[in-house]
Amino acid sequence: MNDDRRDLVAPVTTNDHIQGHADAAVTLVEYGDYQCPACGMAYPEVKRIQRKFGADLRFVFRNFPLSEAHPLAHAAAQVAEAAATLRHFWPMHDWLYENQEAWSAYGAEGLEAGLRALGIDESAVARAIRDKSIDARIRADFMGGVRSGVNGTPGFFLNGYRHDGDFRSLEDAVAGLVYGS
Amino acid sequence: MTILPVGTPAPDFTLHSTPDQTVSLSEFRGRNVILAFYPADWSPVCGDQLALYNELLQEFGKHDAQLLAISVDGAWCHAALARDRKYHFPLLSDFEPKGAVARRYGVYDDKDGVAERALFVIDGAGEIRWSYLSPMGVNPGANGILDALDTITATHPDRKAS
Repeated sequence: MNDDRRDLVAPVTTNDHIQGHADAAVTLVEYGDYQCPACGMAYPEVKRIQRKFGADLRFVFRNFPLSEAHPLAHAAAQVAEAAATLRHFWPMHDWLYENQEAWSAYGAEGLEAGLRALGIDESAVARAIRDKSIDARIRADFMGGVRSGVNGTPGFFLNGYRHDGDFRSLEDAVAGLVYGS
Repeated sequence: MTILPVGTPAPDFTLHSTPDQTVSLSEFRGRNVILAFYPADWSPVCGDQLALYNELLQEFGKHDAQLLAISVDGAWCHAALARDRKYHFPLLSDFEPKGAVARRYGVYDDKDGVAERALFVIDGAGEIRWSYLSPMGVNPGANGILDALDTITATHPDRKAS
């Protein structure tokens, strides 16, 4: 029995947070936690891979907050999803990873600092978070990941197959798919 | 040593969950049980695996399933780990005689003297319905557990009454 390389159970839809085109050779899906240090380390690597492969790569980010291990992970996911309703998902996502150590130390105030830094309306974000659909989305992302075999963060899938190696081996795996092997 | 296969009655056991409390498998008769054997407290892969299960307790509860994690570490070590990682499920101590329960389930690693990374899903009648032995360094995730629980719920919705 080999459950370790099953397909991504939850297919990419227009409801996802997506960078790149649907006809890209490679779709990279990340299940991430904004307070997870390993995700913070993977972030610049993903950016570098996106720059390197350009239009050949489509990147999708889904929530996988391990809330008991990372007490602010869920709140950070809520803020990013609320920012998404205001069409500011990717700036918020990037800010959370680029400033992970800084905001993590200040709790909710740290997250508010991010909204201010990006000029996102804090009261609109607070209103969006009160809408239960944001928590429902985060949970749906999480359970889709669990059902697909995500076992920790960051969890990566390449064209629907789980990438079991370290994130440092992502670039080679993407290259293999883009250039053929 | 071979992992106990599907269809086998799950051997009962009584192990310490804290320095002054014990847990027996038979206490959970009528409910589903997830047994997660793992090599050692504090090691990073185990931490990820149990951290994931810690987030899924509600999901396991929907399947009327109780998670029990088992390693050869002592009860005080378990207590410190559970406090540090905020685990909300029992960590059982297969400590004396060392690894006896892991041996009975066929998942003891004699060479390293630890339990292997193995999962069992046991139904309300005490029968092993799914088992999986993971390579030592690989976190098996939770999809296999949830698929097994789905099957139990689908095929025996009233199993816990038996």
